[in-house]
Amino acid sequence: MNIGWYFKMAWRESRRSRGRLILFASSIILGIAALVAINSFDANLRENIESQSKELLGADLRVFSSKPLLPEQEAIIKSLGESIEAEQSTEVSFASMILFPKTGDTRLVAIRALEGDFPYYGKMSTNPSSAATEFRKKQATVIDKTLMIQFGVEVGDIVKIGALEFEVSGSLLGVPGQTGFGSAVAPAVFIPKRYLEQTGLVQKGSRIENLAYYKVEDSEKLAALIEEVKPQLKKNNLRFTTVQKRKEDVADAFSFANKFLNLVAFLALLLGCIGVASSIHVYIKSKVKTVAVLRCIGMTGWQSFSVFLIQILAMGIIGSILGAILGSSIQMLLPTVFSSFLPVDVVMKISWSSILLGIITGIIVSILFALWPLLSIRNISPLNTLRESDGAKNSFDFLRMGVLVLIGIFIAGFAYFQIRDFKSVLLFCGFLIFSLGILIGISALIIWAVKKFFPSRFPYVLRQGLSNLYRPNNQTLILVTCIGLGTALISTLFFTQDLLISQVEFAGTGNQPNMILFDIQKDQAEELEEMAAGFELPIIQKVPLITMRLNELNGKSIEELSEDPDNDVSRGMLNREARVTFRGEMVESESLTEGEFTGNFEGFEDVPVSIAERYQNLMDLKLGDRLVFDVHGTLISTIVTSIRKVDWTKLQTNFFIIFPLGVLEEAPFTNVLVTRVPNNEVSAKFQQSVVTKFPNVSAVDLSLILKTVEDLLNKVSFVIRFMALFSIITGLLILVGSVIISRYQRVKESVLLRTIGGTRKQILTIYFVEYFILGSLASLSGILLALLACWLLAMYSFKMVFIPGILPIFMIYIVITGLTVLIGMLNSAGILSKSPLEVLRME
Amino acid sequence: MNSILSVKNLSKHFSNNKLSLTVLDNINFDIMPGESVSIVGASGSGKTTLLGLCAGLDQPSSGEIVLNGTKLNNLNEDERAILRNKDVGFVFQNFQLIPTLTALENVMVPLELQGAKNVRKIASDLLARVGLKDRAKHYPSELSGGEQQRVALARAFCNSPKILFADEPTGNLDDSTGALVENLLFEINRELGTTLILVTHDLELAKKTQRVIRLKGGKILSDEINEGIANDPTLYASTDQV
Repeated sequence: MNIGWYFKMAWRESRRSRGRLILFASSIILGIAALVAINSFDANLRENIESQSKELLGADLRVFSSKPLLPEQEAIIKSLGESIEAEQSTEVSFASMILFPKTGDTRLVAIRALEGDFPYYGKMSTNPSSAATEFRKKQATVIDKTLMIQFGVEVGDIVKIGALEFEVSGSLLGVPGQTGFGSAVAPAVFIPKRYLEQTGLVQKGSRIENLAYYKVEDSEKLAALIEEVKPQLKKNNLRFTTVQKRKEDVADAFSFANKFLNLVAFLALLLGCIGVASSIHVYIKSKVKTVAVLRCIGMTGWQSFSVFLIQILAMGIIGSILGAILGSSIQMLLPTVFSSFLPVDVVMKISWSSILLGIITGIIVSILFALWPLLSIRNISPLNTLRESDGAKNSFDFLRMGVLVLIGIFIAGFAYFQIRDFKSVLLFCGFLIFSLGILIGISALIIWAVKKFFPSRFPYVLRQGLSNLYRPNNQTLILVTCIGLGTALISTLFFTQDLLISQVEFAGTGNQPNMILFDIQKDQAEELEEMAAGFELPIIQKVPLITMRLNELNGKSIEELSEDPDNDVSRGMLNREARVTFRGEMVESESLTEGEFTGNFEGFEDVPVSIAERYQNLMDLKLGDRLVFDVHGTLISTIVTSIRKVDWTKLQTNFFIIFPLGVLEEAPFTNVLVTRVPNNEVSAKFQQSVVTKFPNVSAVDLSLILKTVEDLLNKVSFVIRFMALFSIITGLLILVGSVIISRYQRVKESVLLRTIGGTRKQILTIYFVEYFILGSLASLSGILLALLACWLLAMYSFKMVFIPGILPIFMIYIVITGLTVLIGMLNSAGILSKSPLEVLRME
Repeated sequence: MNSILSVKNLSKHFSNNKLSLTVLDNINFDIMPGESVSIVGASGSGKTTLLGLCAGLDQPSSGEIVLNGTKLNNLNEDERAILRNKDVGFVFQNFQLIPTLTALENVMVPLELQGAKNVRKIASDLLARVGLKDRAKHYPSELSGGEQQRVALARAFCNSPKILFADEPTGNLDDSTGALVENLLFEINRELGTTLILVTHDLELAKKTQRVIRLKGGKILSDEINEGIANDPTLYASTDQV
């Protein structure tokens, strides 16, 4: 027999079953679509990052320092440009308040005082477009477009920044290197650098960033120079970013997001896989007689298997191709979905590699997940032609066990391919197995409990509906697993988002502080406190804040520690500027875990300091460790004498490092004031007064943070929900598929019931009971799993207390159960609209 | 002459955790090539189980079956399937046509499995022989019961089997249609010289075979050359009375 015959037979045999096979194909379409869309988007994004790499930075090289520049640093920056014959721009960037005199409103913004022609690559996009150059010529500004809209600012209006007034040249639509996402907290406001000093905003201790941008024609010369001056830059605390580095950072940031989205897409695909296994399982059951006849007339087990494998393979290929086409179409939407997060303009085109990967994945999962039920064909006895039985012989099958192992390997392997992190893969697979185990366990429990405690005195229709849960060919296991897993996934996304938002909202309730004023100079503190008292605002905290750098740790310099591969100290923390306070006691949000807190000390040698647990972990510290800090040029040696546990979730000033009183009082520091404003009106008036009198002082209102966090979470959750949509629709398709498949099993009994006098209402009630119980248990199981997942996330990842809302739980339960019942009833209505004779003939 | 089917000490038991049931108990007989044999008995007497075992659809609990010189006990499921394809034909009470194949395709399948040539011509001729030439492209659901059984007959004979097993071939048909199918079965059987083993309740049908094996409670009650068993009142007594 030639191979062509198998194809011919598979084609002939599929004639009356193509609807059901298409249902199987539809299970994987959306999973593959999600996968192809995400992978294509990633490929396009990487390509665009590569092609627009210089626009990510706006220059060939950026040198920066987060402290006011010392004369020698200024000299290095200047000479660097001259030595490579580069065009050069400089910028001073810091957070400050802006006042809109027209309305009296104030807002925290990121002031970017610019000198030179930056950006050299890409363009500063403004409306009108001439504003990008016009503002540089006069005492003018361009302001982020969201601020223009929010405060009703028009071109030509005057805004006050510090002590100076600026004319608004236009609105800022975009600038190389900045995403919409990044400017959400503090929107950018550009001014010419030459007016910076007159604003009076840069004072001692102000938190500013100095930047220099270079455009270099000769890239080889630049690379050589960077190698040459690297030690000098490092020595002078000047950091630098090249195009290559920026490109890598951006790609890294997006690869994390991409991994997460891939995981969501993979979950949609996994749901589809469950759909494949379930539909093939029922499909094979419907083919028992046919296979038995074929075996009777001489077909071997493997020959029968091959015929049906060809059908599955064909459907897998069709489903994967359709999924790839759909995914390639959806990817065109993704730049819009992700617009808030993208650092470059993404031009989408077809990614053939992603399509190929999607199709191959689709075919593999179709076959792999179909194999488990499909292999049972080999065990269908020809005796089924002589006697009715429920299908294959139930003997232990090594091949089927092998397929289960392969499925496990595939899931773990593919998850690793997507996220490249063993720990995450273990967690993901562990929770997946756990979830499946729970859902299968719940199904078994339902079947057992209904049998064991069967309410034999209930009315007939209720008893019949209940007994459908455990009778042969029941759908309990497959529906509870599919719907439960889908519900768990979607609920987790909802609950996590609520968890994060509720945490921010909680901070704004009761007597919690809701406004922080910072950059307060020593001589301004007293007057500002009086001003707050005038507004009847309580001073909840007044905290000195001083910046310093770590110089040595236990006798080793930062350079030595950075280059030592054996130490576990966070490299980021080593080089970061530390913001430190000094006080005589601990505050409400702190508790001592080790050592003794020292409140007072005299001298600059071996100063006893207290560190937070988080800092201890990041820096791998213990009691008695010695740290030397560079405080504005003065070296102060310290000893860790106490370790504190800090509640970081409270809106107040918390610190990694606390010095005792008596050491830093004479150093240049600023103050931070924490207060509580009763309402938005008082908040606006108070901020207005502060900005007018103390232009250098910035105020952060919690409502602003809350709104910003909400905005950001909404944007993030929109993306997540967009991706979750694939899972939701796949889940629905599986639900529809499972219910339709069960239709074939229910037809005969419906017809018999109707033949012997059952009314349509009675039969519909039977189905209602069955689907209501299935939908309820599946959705509740899914919600339970989601609550567990969120509790674990809250506990171990976000370090928060998770208090789930009753309303979202109720809503999810109602929607999922309602959909299950609705689809079940619609499906049953189709059976009932036909006459018994018509259905019997079809059978 | 060697027998085409030899059954020696054949027994079949079914058991679950609590109960054991002997369906066939120490059955012995030989059937010669070209012979037509009826296996008759009451419901539950073991007729269908015996047919299934003789055709290699199931394995006995003990005893030996030799079909056309091949000992079935030594073959696995697939080897028995290949043997059936080569040497055996089947006709079932409920026709057992493949619902997704047309009448012609149903007849072609056994030959296609063999990899034979001129499959379509052979199948078409057989369909014509059973009077269904015009119904070749119809699906089973579009055929009457009698027509379906005639298609099944064509399929059973298409591979020129050495032995044909028929399980109540007229059990689902009315008298006149049943008679038509009966006649076709015996006619083609004679034409091809096939050995026929027929399981039936219908004593009139059994009378048409050369030999009748009577089963009762899983044992052979009698094995005799056909002469007037139709009037035997003990044949359909309850198995409990045995």
